[in-house]
Amino acid sequence: MLQPSIKSRPVYGTLTPRAGSEHLIVADAAGADAILDMAAIAPLGFFDKAHILYVPIEHSNRERGDRLRALDAAMFYEGPSLAAALPRLAQALANARMGTRLYLAGTEGLIGQAMKMALDAGIDHSSIETEHRGSTARRVQCVHCKGITENVTTQPAVCAHCGLTLFVRDHYSRRIAAFQGVCIDAEEPGIVPPTEEAFP
Amino acid sequence: MSDKAPRIAVTVADVVAVTPFIKRFRFEPLDPGPLPTFSGGAHVVVEMQDGDLVRRNAYSLMSPPSETSHYTISVRRDESGRGGSRFLHDHVRPGMTLHITHPVNLFPIDHRAKKHLLIAGGIGITPFLAMAEQLAHNHTPFELHYAFRSRDHAAYADDLETRFGTRVHLYHGDRGEAPPLDRLLPQQPLGTHLYVCGPAAMIDWVLGSARAAGWPDHNLHHERFIAPAIGTPYEVRLARAAVTVRVGSHQSMLEAIEAAGVDAPSMCRGGACGQCETTVLSCEGTLLHADHFLTDTEKASNTRVMPCVSRFEGQRLVLDL
Repeated sequence: MLQPSIKSRPVYGTLTPRAGSEHLIVADAAGADAILDMAAIAPLGFFDKAHILYVPIEHSNRERGDRLRALDAAMFYEGPSLAAALPRLAQALANARMGTRLYLAGTEGLIGQAMKMALDAGIDHSSIETEHRGSTARRVQCVHCKGITENVTTQPAVCAHCGLTLFVRDHYSRRIAAFQGVCIDAEEPGIVPPTEEAFP
Repeated sequence: MSDKAPRIAVTVADVVAVTPFIKRFRFEPLDPGPLPTFSGGAHVVVEMQDGDLVRRNAYSLMSPPSETSHYTISVRRDESGRGGSRFLHDHVRPGMTLHITHPVNLFPIDHRAKKHLLIAGGIGITPFLAMAEQLAHNHTPFELHYAFRSRDHAAYADDLETRFGTRVHLYHGDRGEAPPLDRLLPQQPLGTHLYVCGPAAMIDWVLGSARAAGWPDHNLHHERFIAPAIGTPYEVRLARAAVTVRVGSHQSMLEAIEAAGVDAPSMCRGGACGQCETTVLSCEGTLLHADHFLTDTEKASNTRVMPCVSRFEGQRLVLDL
């Protein structure tokens, strides 16, 4: 489990089924395992009120999708990417009432972006069930050009927008759903530490 | 009271019997200038000299927070209480001077909410009057659901309907009416926060229903003041002050400690805020915990007590005061 290093870094838990009138569930391929684990302890009728948004990304393993579908959720959506699923999540949140509970499982990028949408809809982050699974790759915002670079696995990393070499900090913004990246050679341009795999 | 808790001298400007059991008191500053600002849900502690006894009771502020020329409170007469409300009802007249604390808010509006659902029972309406004024002033969506025994007991029902129109929903207990939680709770938009103030049974019902309906605890707020119970007199040893204090049957431990001239911190005087939490150095007997602040484990440990509402039965109680 990811360890919090500074206060702004999110702390994730283990998905726990909650009382609720509706359960909105968002997961990627790795997060699907967390959903299946939760299903093992969920009360009868839980998935009758569930809406699952599944974005496996990798197309290799169909078993997870089949097992999720077998939960017989009231609604099940499988899509090619998180970007394709987010408008559907936005619509579900727009129609949701109090009593709706949100469950997010997968990479930090997925959890962060879905949570950002939920925060905008009025849900407090502390009431969202989250479980990190899979890659620790980071979604990074460059403090200089404000561009977002997805799936950063190295330290330092190159901003996909302005090309600066960034030190990827542990400082995280829920509002932006990204970690902070700062120019690593601002004082001595060109003096850059060797690139290391830091967030596999 | 000590210098740590500055008092405000106020003139009792008006006393109105709004129901057979409830009087409204209007306080204006004795010295020129405005009273301190406050936000909806705040309370003050009113200090009363009742013979040789100093009484201090907490009351919610009802007046619009934007008006600092006066404060108003409502007091329900409690025949079985320790006497504070009876003193206010029987002895306080316009023109008198009283002292109050600065306002403190332990039941604030959560401004991140997209809508506010206010549920009041009986005298629990009082904090919501200021809250509703504040929310209306800010054009923030809210609904107020007010349950009472009968119209005769419904202080402010008419005022509320006049002022806030369809945002106010009234429930007459004598007609078998009650807030329809089973319909009300599921229809609220995401981001709604719920606030309940009233009798303990009502608070438990509302919070229990909301949790069962899937409302996160973060969206639920309640104010649960309890007056200290009366009981058998007992003695308390205050170790640091090196005095033994007698607690009378109609007196709280906190009041007895204050009467002895020992400074003890306090804020809500109702067992909710935690300010008066005190270390128990020795307990030969039974602590009668009545607060909502300490956990069951802490209560059972006999190492902590909330003197504002809890009592003691036994041979010897020593506090770290």
